[in-house]
This record gives sequence, structure tokens and C-alpha cells, in this order.
Amino acid sequence: MSTAKIHIPTPLRQYAGKQSTVEVKPGTVADSLSDLLNQHPDLRRHLYTDEGKLRAFVNVYLNDEDVRYLQKEATPVNDGDTISIVPSIAGGKDSDDFQVPIAKVKAMSLPCCSPACCCRR
Amino acid sequence: MAATNVKPQAVTLSNDEILRYSRHLIMPEVGMEGQEKLKAARVLCIGAGGLGSPLALYLAAAGVGTLGIVDFDVVDYTNLQRQIIHSTADVGRKKLDSAAEKLKGINPFLNLQTFETKLSSENAMELFREFDIVADGTDNFPTRYLVNDACVLTEKPNVYGSIFRFEGQASVFATKDGPCYRCLYPEPPPPGLVPSCAEGGVLGILPGLVGVMQATEVIKLILGIGEPLIGRLLLVDALGMKFRELKLRKNLECPVCGTHPTLTKLIDYNEFCGIRGEEKPVESGVPEMQVEELKRRLDAGEDVFVLDVREPHEYQICNLGGHLIPLGDLPKRVNELDSSREIVAHCKMGGRSAKAVQFLRQAGFTKVKNLTGGITAWADRVDPKMPKY
Repeated sequence: MSTAKIHIPTPLRQYAGKQSTVEVKPGTVADSLSDLLNQHPDLRRHLYTDEGKLRAFVNVYLNDEDVRYLQKEATPVNDGDTISIVPSIAGGKDSDDFQVPIAKVKAMSLPCCSPACCCRR
Repeated sequence: MAATNVKPQAVTLSNDEILRYSRHLIMPEVGMEGQEKLKAARVLCIGAGGLGSPLALYLAAAGVGTLGIVDFDVVDYTNLQRQIIHSTADVGRKKLDSAAEKLKGINPFLNLQTFETKLSSENAMELFREFDIVADGTDNFPTRYLVNDACVLTEKPNVYGSIFRFEGQASVFATKDGPCYRCLYPEPPPPGLVPSCAEGGVLGILPGLVGVMQATEVIKLILGIGEPLIGRLLLVDALGMKFRELKLRKNLECPVCGTHPTLTKLIDYNEFCGIRGEEKPVESGVPEMQVEELKRRLDAGEDVFVLDVREPHEYQICNLGGHLIPLGDLPKRVNELDSSREIVAHCKMGGRSAKAVQFLRQAGFTKVKNLTGGITAWADRVDPKMPKY
């Protein structure tokens, strides 16, 4: 059976059963991402907006090329190819960035979990 | 901002310097000419923390003539796990003072410029103009975009490094023909939905690995040798010890470095990243209980259900004997809670538990409160023998 694999970045591994790579169906990038979301539905809101568009701070690469410069989600994915999801990361030091006002808390459908999330100091 | 003038170095090496750098000089890739280039170079390090520590130490050792460091922070006990330029005796001291002492100790020939200030749209351009290369080791999105934009506008390369838990990224942005940070990430993540808001902590060695990569790239740029990470994003996975590389392209429509730039001066980066200074912390609007009251009620034998929404490994460090349901599992396990009982939710400092309380109230729980300040407040005010972390 032909498969491709998707590298899951650290911040998203908790939504992908803690895996660092997931095997997916080839076809197009859209097909492979769709298979990823079927296997791990919790990833959806982190990768896609409510309107179904890929979030702007998430980049998708096929092998080592940014799909924005290929055919975006229509880029063909072959057996053995690697898709990488690369979100922006800002560092490991404690910061105040994640003080979230109550209105935004209400907008979240699921709480997020970590010691760093809003307990950073 | 108390900036001292950056004086151009006389580009000759004394006998002491020749002996000091002999291991550089005997390599044809460096030689006297290369070492003189290093001495003439002026490098600005943003941050004397995790990434800044190894970066500054190695640049000083290598003989970079002028190093500028920007940091307004003070050494904290928890920094020592990874910010190796600081020692235990430096806790409480300004990071700049601690760093300056170690850097001059390694290399007295160093012309060190310290800037005890928060980098901002008001000072970045003037500051960057005095240096040749900027090394960005900051830890928040607004500053990353600020550094990037200021580098493009002042035409200084931006040697970028970032870390998260055990993964890192490194690249060189803002060269004339190469991409900038915005070519890769045109928009920052909105606060509150950041993918990096996942699990915290960082492997202490990781900024060491990535910071030295940044130092390596700085030196290569100065010497003009090797292949710098221009147009290349290096991804480091320390756990797998795997290094991958992705191609970065200059976005011709980039608002900062594209063919028709629309951003020609620095903006309000907090606004750009959706962070408002006057926003209240998440605890406001949620019913609160103070640690003293919880202690009183537990001692009096009152029926209070303590819900701990931290992670299992945190529970092992210290706990109040509460019922543990990690915040991420709460929706699935809400049936373990009895809505007729009074519930007090706590986490480490009160942030996650406030979200838990909000969630439970939306689910119809009316008798649920947030323990203000979390188990940390309990350790501070009720039980000083409890460890803090």
C-alpha cells in the first residue's frame, strides 16, 4: 500500500496521539491532510480556520518545498513523500503572551492543557 | 537608552591576540585576514538568555570585535537550567552585568556595548544602524517581527534561532536577495490559539545547540565562508537528533522585503500580534476563592471538592490531594464531577483552572470556583514547606 508521511511539530503532537510522524494516504496535499484529520480530528482547529482555510501561521512543505510555491493543496503527493507542518514558534522562555481575556476563552471550544499555557511567569 | 558610541576597531592584531586566536589563524579558511574581519565586525545580540548565552560566549571567544547585547531582565533561579552565561551567584543580578563579567573574562579584547532596554519601535532602527549583523534569540512574536522588520529596513542580516521544548529552528533572514521572517510567516498566530501554547518547558541543552548554530552562522557571514542558512530553514529535533532542512523563498509580495514593500517604517507590534496591554488576565470574570479560605474550609471539614487540572507529572511534584483531571481531558471526564457539590478548581498559578471553571459553568455547573494564584499561592501563603516549581 502506498503511503506518505506527515511530520507533526512538537506543539501539535498532543493532538496527534503524541506521534511525531503519521502515515497518510498520498494523492494530493489536500488528500493527505484530510486523511490526517480523519485519524486525528483534534488537529483540525489548530490547522484550519472555521472557514476551512489553512491557518496563516502554519506552513506546509512537500519534501523540502513550501507548497505555496508549488500547487498549494493540489500539490501531488507520491508514495514515500514527506509532508512537514511547520508552525511559527517563538521560544522556550516564559512570557506573558498567553494572558487571554475572558471573551477569547469563551470562543475556545476545547481548553488547552499545559503548564506553560496560562501559568507562565 | 544609555548607548555608548560604537568605535570602529583598528584592524590589527596584537601578539597576544595572534597567540589567542592561533587555532583560527592556522586554518586557511580564517587566517589573519579572517581574524581581522572578526575583529572589525559589530554584532548585536538580542537577549542574554537561553539562546543569547551560548551565542555571546562563542562570539566573544572567537574574537568578534564589538558585541552589543540588549536585555532588561534580571537573572532568575529557574534560568540556570539553560542560561549558562549566568551562575548561581548571579541570581537577582541584571543579566547584562552578569553577561558582561563572563564575556570580558573570556576575552578582555572585546568591545562590549550593553543596552538595558526593551527593544521597541522607538529604539530599534537607531540601535541596529550601529551594528553589522543582528542575532535574534528572543522569545515572543512581537519582538521577532520587530527585529525582522528593523533588519530589513536597516539592511542588516538577521541570524534567527528559535526553540520549543526539544525542537529548534535556525535560519538567516533579511539578506539582500534572501527571504525575511515575514516571507515564511506573514502573520503571527493570534494569542490564545497559538500552537506553541501546548506543553511547556524546554530541554536545557536545546538553546545551547541552537544558539551555537546562530554563532556559527554569524561567523560564516563575517568571514564570507561556507554556505550560510540563507533561504534555508534548519529544523532540529534534539530527541531524535535529526536535522532536516526546508527551502525558504523570498516572497516577492512580502510587505517588508518584496519588490513593492508597503511597510516602510516600524509599527506597533503588540497590536500586530493581537496583544493589548490593557487586557485583563484570564481570571477576571470567573468566581474566585483565596487559598486561606480553602484552607479554613478544608480544616473545618466542609464538603469542598478540590479539582486539580494540572498534568500528572506536576501532581507528582506537589499536590493538595485534589482529584486530578488534566485540563485537556476535562470535556471527556466531566461526568466524574458532581455538580451538586462545591468544586474548587486549581492549577499551578490560576490560569488553566480559570479556563476549567469557565468551561464547567458553560456546562451548567453553578458551584465552581477558581483558586486564585493556584498551588503556588498555597505554597506562598498556607504551606511554605510545599515545593514550588
